[in-house]
Amino acid sequence: MTHPPPLTPDRAAYAIRMEGIDKTFGSIRANRGASLEVRAGEIHALVGENGAGKSTLMKILGGLQPPDAGKMQVNGRDVTGWNTNDAIRAGIGVVHQHFMLVPTLTVAENIVLGMEPVKNGRFDYGKAVDDVTKLSTDTGLNVSPERKVAGLSVGEAQRVEILKALFRGAKILVLDEPTAVLSPPEVRELWTVLRGLRDAGGTIVLITHRLDEVIDISDTITVMRAGQTVGRLTTSETTPSEIAKAMVGREVALTSHDGAGILTTPEHGGANAPVASADDASAISVTELVVLGSRKTRVVDCVTFSIRPGEILGIAGVEGNGQTELVEAIAGLRKIESGNIRINGKDVTFDNVGERRDAGLSHIPEDRHRRGLILDYSVSDNLVLGQQHDFARNGLLDTDRINANATNQIKAFDIRPPMPELPAHGLSGGNQQKVVIAREMGRDFTVLLASQPTRGVDVGAIEFIHSRLREARAAGKAILLVSAELNEVLALADRIAVMYRGKFATVVPASEASEESLGEYMTGTRTESAA
Amino acid sequence: MNPISFLTQTLRIAIPYLFAASGGVIAERSGIISLELEGLMLTGAFSATLGSHYSGSPWIGVLCGIAGGLVFGLIHAIATIRYRADQVVVGIAINLLAIGVTRFFLKLAFASSSNSPRVNGFGGNLSAHGFDNPLLWLGLLVAPVLAFFLYRTPFGLRVRAVGEHPDAAASVGISVNRVRYTAVAVSGMLAALGGVFLALDQHQFTDQMTAGRGFIAVAAVIFGRWDPLRAALACLFFAAAETLQIQLQGNQVIPSQFIEMIPYALTIIALAGVVGRAVPPAALGKTAE
Amino acid sequence: MNVRAREQLEEALYPPLVALLVALIAGDLLIMSYGQSPAMVYKLLLEGTWGNAYGFGQVLYKATTLVFTGLAVSLGIRAGLFNVGAESQLAAGGFVAALVGLGLSPSVPGILAVPLCMIGAATGGGLVGALPGWLKVRFGAHEVIVTIMLNFIVLALLNWIVAAHLHVPETLHTPEIRAGVMPRLESVISGFHGSAANFTILIALLAAAATWLFLFRSRRGFELRAVGHQPDAAEYGGVSVGGVWIRAMTISGAIAGLGGINYVLGYKHYYEEGFAGGSGFLGIAVALVGRNHPVGVVLAALFFATLSQGGLAIHAFVPKQMVEVLQGIVILAVAMSVPEVRAVLRKGRKPVTA
Repeated sequence: MTHPPPLTPDRAAYAIRMEGIDKTFGSIRANRGASLEVRAGEIHALVGENGAGKSTLMKILGGLQPPDAGKMQVNGRDVTGWNTNDAIRAGIGVVHQHFMLVPTLTVAENIVLGMEPVKNGRFDYGKAVDDVTKLSTDTGLNVSPERKVAGLSVGEAQRVEILKALFRGAKILVLDEPTAVLSPPEVRELWTVLRGLRDAGGTIVLITHRLDEVIDISDTITVMRAGQTVGRLTTSETTPSEIAKAMVGREVALTSHDGAGILTTPEHGGANAPVASADDASAISVTELVVLGSRKTRVVDCVTFSIRPGEILGIAGVEGNGQTELVEAIAGLRKIESGNIRINGKDVTFDNVGERRDAGLSHIPEDRHRRGLILDYSVSDNLVLGQQHDFARNGLLDTDRINANATNQIKAFDIRPPMPELPAHGLSGGNQQKVVIAREMGRDFTVLLASQPTRGVDVGAIEFIHSRLREARAAGKAILLVSAELNEVLALADRIAVMYRGKFATVVPASEASEESLGEYMTGTRTESAA
Repeated sequence: MNPISFLTQTLRIAIPYLFAASGGVIAERSGIISLELEGLMLTGAFSATLGSHYSGSPWIGVLCGIAGGLVFGLIHAIATIRYRADQVVVGIAINLLAIGVTRFFLKLAFASSSNSPRVNGFGGNLSAHGFDNPLLWLGLLVAPVLAFFLYRTPFGLRVRAVGEHPDAAASVGISVNRVRYTAVAVSGMLAALGGVFLALDQHQFTDQMTAGRGFIAVAAVIFGRWDPLRAALACLFFAAAETLQIQLQGNQVIPSQFIEMIPYALTIIALAGVVGRAVPPAALGKTAE
Repeated sequence: MNVRAREQLEEALYPPLVALLVALIAGDLLIMSYGQSPAMVYKLLLEGTWGNAYGFGQVLYKATTLVFTGLAVSLGIRAGLFNVGAESQLAAGGFVAALVGLGLSPSVPGILAVPLCMIGAATGGGLVGALPGWLKVRFGAHEVIVTIMLNFIVLALLNWIVAAHLHVPETLHTPEIRAGVMPRLESVISGFHGSAANFTILIALLAAAATWLFLFRSRRGFELRAVGHQPDAAEYGGVSVGGVWIRAMTISGAIAGLGGINYVLGYKHYYEEGFAGGSGFLGIAVALVGRNHPVGVVLAALFFATLSQGGLAIHAFVPKQMVEVLQGIVILAVAMSVPEVRAVLRKGRKPVTA
């Protein structure tokens, strides 16, 4: 356990100072002693992997959540544990990743909502439009005030969110992954706006994954990992690889620059990496798979790969780059636009979920609470979900076999407490995941989709799950492992693909991969076609 | 068929619908399902009868009717907002409760299981001065006023925001619950006025006198796509169809039962989206947290 | 009893118990508003229902229909659907049963005629239930609104058919069926003399048992409940969510429709306009109070039937309309206490760790 670097004693005015922030949700410690300091009038990048605790820290700042421990100051005033309205009044404006806009209202209506101009008791819509037009001209954030939000592009919607914050007099603007949904020209436009705001005296905190952007736009940087603040950097004095190392590396790698044990041959591993072709030997082959997202964009963009029996293909990448959609499309849970999927040589592209299961596909879904378990069902019932027809005779459930199966699986996968009748919501996260894994790996299968298999489980369970995955590989199973934990992918996979914006940015043998080189592909610092 | 009598009869039939549908529109625009319009109308009708009976003044009756609707509206609001009870179940419960309560107190107050004695009400006939029932004029005004309120006042904007995206509203410091309580309370009073009109127009309360009118209002809300003016047009249209049926009673071109079906069939068609889909407020029926 | 079963039972039983308490207090107030003694009136209510054979027979008769509509609603809720259409499904079932009974020759023996009428009833209700299910899956039309609207449409349609083509002059009912009469209970137990209780009650109990078997012991039931709990997880488990919805609405409608035989085959032997008389809507209350479990539904049906028959028993002292108020209060109280009870109980229970 390391401590974050001490806060720099500086006479410059701090817009934000947060220190020793703890926040726990159920069994997840989102923040543990996190700190942040941002000077007035700078653009500050808050970087870190998914689950590093950035969003939680910003929710605490914005008054949406109180911290369990720690202190926070805004403009020198102690504001620990304030609420949303306090934060708005103090000039903090948060632009959420998921827009907080009412789609059926117009741009102007959304911006003035809650502090509407009034004339003679009426909502003065004309004034709202004028005010928004003026603000829009002053800031260079171009939007037409009278359009409905539902019809806006993502970039436009984001400008509305920023205008909304500014309309409320925000002096400190927090943007949660603002570029995740933007096209490159829109990003450039956003930078211009943010620089303009900074030059006018505003303070900006930018949450992002993309290191090229961090270098581009920020003045200073805070790096978070596992709920802690692990680095504080000045942009002009650092490099993308240094930031990447801090983000994805082990704690030792950052604090003592002693990560040589892990950081093997960091450069150029990926360029000539072999991509297995869709030959007959592969257990699963996916060819030119395209999946469309909600806005008809290609969230999975022409992905091709295959996995041999006894091989683990790891997919690394920042979440939201198409991994979820790729796995769901293979599992049959998401519509495929074009492309082809074969399992054991059998074309399953048009098969439904059940038929794919019968063809030998097992699937550990990324969200066990939504998909993987029926939380009100007992452990024994959950252990047959997806295989209910195998445990039925003449249409009736074969209770004896379901119970026997539960007894066996509970034992084999060490599910605790060993009570088959307990509802799944009564188990700890690790044991819930063991139920899913027991069900999916305790059956006869050839291909396993393992999506975030150790998310939110304790250390003991992580080791258990890892050893199960290795055993399955040894038994000749083909495994597609998707994980936001780069360490996990590096530890388990034989080959590693990095997914970036719906494509495989690179595919490398694990022996040639390093956290550093993968991190650069993950954050878009380096791109190369894996074709 | 006399066009004047057709028009006046249509209006008279439409007024209760107009009140109740306006109540339904405001509650549902705030995100609370409003299946209890029938019960609210019935309560309004009965409370108005009581008020007018004991005071002798129809205006006191109107106030009592509004108060009755307010009480039941608040029960609905507390159950669904504070206690997060299923909005559909609560709506149905309030309808049953209203039937029971009005019958019980009808018996208690007037020792009758079918109707109250005659009370002072408003004339419902066309005279030289036009209609002499002031509630009729109020009923014609309610939809435009509600439209103005919903689209032209700050509170109306907040109601619409809360019904579509409560998180967005909350993120700018609007109290979602307060807006919903207010909307449902207003809904109770408006829908009750529909019942008040019926009772004071007929100068008495009769058991279950709303006879499904609250559900026609629900149909009008949906067929009118949750817009006050369109819902009002739907009310007028449904009322016109009913009038047609009454006035054509002699010659059986279309059986009356088929005319009765019109509002309901149109609502299903609108929901299924055969011609331009009726899309409800996005947060309608979703329990907070 | 294991831990899980006890916790489930607690979560299931507390809300109706709370509601009963609230209803008792409300009942006291209503009775006292009439200047009567609550103890006396409640005693009278019990004597008039469970205290004599005729009253009890009437309770059984009323409960029989409610078991069917309660099962129908609860099966829908188990699939995550709210079937508010039991009223018209019940009517449609009764109507088709009457049609079959009218169409059969009087020489067809009951052992054949009754099942044929039952099939007719289930088909009639099933069709009325299937339509909203299909509209939901195909067009996303919300089943609550569609079933409410269909109630009015179907009832108007049936009224028209009877009025235009089938009624006995000067009445609102069809002629008596020629085959398929369900014997009264009084034919076996003479004490039930005069009450409408008939052997449909056995069918109702069988339906409850079959619903239990289907929901909790069959693969289709497993899938149906999975959809009701978490549609995304069910889909992951290879279940077609849309298919389950259509199937659930069809079965739900069929069960409600089957309830029509209680009146048509067992009591009056004809279809009459308005015979459903709110039993479909009361089915929602029965399902809610019975916590969507077949055993609970049977008990809740007896409770509501007792209230409704009990209203008649106390009418001389307190208007029978009191029980209608109490019905509303019970539903409201259960609806309000379900989320509350769950939150309180689940807060108290920590995740079990080894």
